[in-house]
Amino acid sequence: MDTSLGEPNVHAMAGFFVFIALSLGITWWAARRTRSTDHFYAAGRSITGFQNGLALAGDYMSAASFLGIAGLVALSGFDGLIYSIGFLVGWPIVLFLVAEPLRNLGRYTFADVVAYRMRQGPVRVAAALGSLAVVAFYLIAQMVGAGNLITLLFGLRYEWAVVIVGGVMLAYVLFGGMIATTWVQIVKAVLLLGGALILALLVLLRFGFDPTALFARAAEIYGAGVLSPGRLVSDPLDAVSLGLALMFGTAGLPHILMRFYTVPDARTARTSVAYATAFIGFFYLLTFVLGFGAMVLVGQDAIRAVDRGGNMAAPLLAEAVGGTAFLGFIAAVAFATILAVVAGLTLSGAAALSHDLWVNVVRAGDAPEHEQLRVARGATVLLGVLSIALGIAFKGQNVAYMVGLAFAIAASANFPALFLSVFWRRFTTAGAQASMLTGTASALLLIYLSPAIQVDVLGNSSSPFPLRNPGLVTIPLAFVAGAVVSVARRDRRAEEMFTELEHRLHFGAEPVAPPAPAAEPAR
Amino acid sequence: MDERHAEIDRLGAARWRLTLALTAAMMAIYFGFILLIAYGKALLATLLLPGLSLGILLGALVIVSAWVLTWFYVRWANRHYDAAVTRLRR
Repeated sequence: MDTSLGEPNVHAMAGFFVFIALSLGITWWAARRTRSTDHFYAAGRSITGFQNGLALAGDYMSAASFLGIAGLVALSGFDGLIYSIGFLVGWPIVLFLVAEPLRNLGRYTFADVVAYRMRQGPVRVAAALGSLAVVAFYLIAQMVGAGNLITLLFGLRYEWAVVIVGGVMLAYVLFGGMIATTWVQIVKAVLLLGGALILALLVLLRFGFDPTALFARAAEIYGAGVLSPGRLVSDPLDAVSLGLALMFGTAGLPHILMRFYTVPDARTARTSVAYATAFIGFFYLLTFVLGFGAMVLVGQDAIRAVDRGGNMAAPLLAEAVGGTAFLGFIAAVAFATILAVVAGLTLSGAAALSHDLWVNVVRAGDAPEHEQLRVARGATVLLGVLSIALGIAFKGQNVAYMVGLAFAIAASANFPALFLSVFWRRFTTAGAQASMLTGTASALLLIYLSPAIQVDVLGNSSSPFPLRNPGLVTIPLAFVAGAVVSVARRDRRAEEMFTELEHRLHFGAEPVAPPAPAAEPAR
Repeated sequence: MDERHAEIDRLGAARWRLTLALTAAMMAIYFGFILLIAYGKALLATLLLPGLSLGILLGALVIVSAWVLTWFYVRWANRHYDAAVTRLRR
């Protein structure tokens, strides 16, 4: 099949510039409204449930899930669907266990919740380490993906692509803070959901709007094997381990957790997760159609010819069913997708550096508002420059393991401590510290010893640790470390404050009782 | 005052009971599906209709089950939990 992919595409360029112009316009509008840290980190807590649902979906549906999963399904059929499903099932966990406690207990970061009844310094440092590790690996994966993608889509040089993505993203976060980031996510989510829906409808149009006719055609061409489990899940332990990391990692991703502070109250946080789950689930159901559509209408050989990993399956499908103009639109959507995700990541990293480390550790919680904003913006510039540098440094390297690693660290370093801090009265400062540090260190170490690095990256024939994703070991380990250290030495103050935490878990930040009511008898 | 605190405790306990049960349900559904993929490949390959294998149907149903659990919790929380919180607030 002939494709114009990789050649300068007028429609793609136009879409690309329209999106940049629109998003910078949003940034300009948001910059005038960003006057305090509440605006910069939490969009003034003014986002509605529906809007935050879209923004959460925009933060979560990375180019990896749009292009990567569509490609995986196109090349391996059913096995690719396993990933689609794994990326969704963490969302109910976010709803049940973390969204409302976060909103009612914290201000800007998840460390606010863990540190609520603990000694601030040690907990914040450990939490910031975990957050920054997640953000760093996720950012590298996105930047390298962005560079490769834009090179493939537009024929632009890799380095230029990375600099453009980093620069535009930096403008959003630096000037527009969370308000601009949120609206960029919303625009991107609408574009991505709309683009994927149109693409799926154009595919189904050729099969009488019957997905099973499409699947049947795929089985006819490539054999019935594409509709059933194949080689991808050869080791059940590995599959369960990856599943655990995806499920609990979602509930520990700092850029996702931060979004719950942008809404006015816990009830809105709750409804926003429900909307996000609906959108993301719908999107992943569409990937079933997109993947099999590309398999049938583009063909596996044509997809592999452009990119061995299959990442170009969705753009190629767009060209096959909608022509060059539609290819341009989908390419621009993919670009918007990357920009929005890196903006969310950078903002959450900047919050860990400035709110957790600078304000609450260095300044012991006492820093004037203008200084907090200045440090937050400084941290944003630092992370933006760093992400461009890392994106260029990792050019041409296999970074496929990095998203899995980010989820594994999020699930092991952040989730156990977050959950124990709101669930278990006896949890202590030392316990929280032990849990987060053990989670981060063990996830890093075991990934390094796993086949994902030892075999795929370093080219060794075997690896000391058998699982590709360490979640099965590191998540329980983080829980055990937190529990053992907490039981070993009690923390009376943290235990006493748990009653206050429980109260605030239900009622939010309002004063516990009206100040000295005259009618109330003194106790 | 003590009655109110006791009620807040009961509400908190009820919330954790439900959310942990729903978490367990989501885990059972998803890991059940993963284990079926690992040990029941032949079963999942069964064609229900031309083009529709049991595996694809169950995969879509895992996504639908996530929606159903979400809907169930949001309905409970919006109706019962929020009402109780409002009542106990003063």
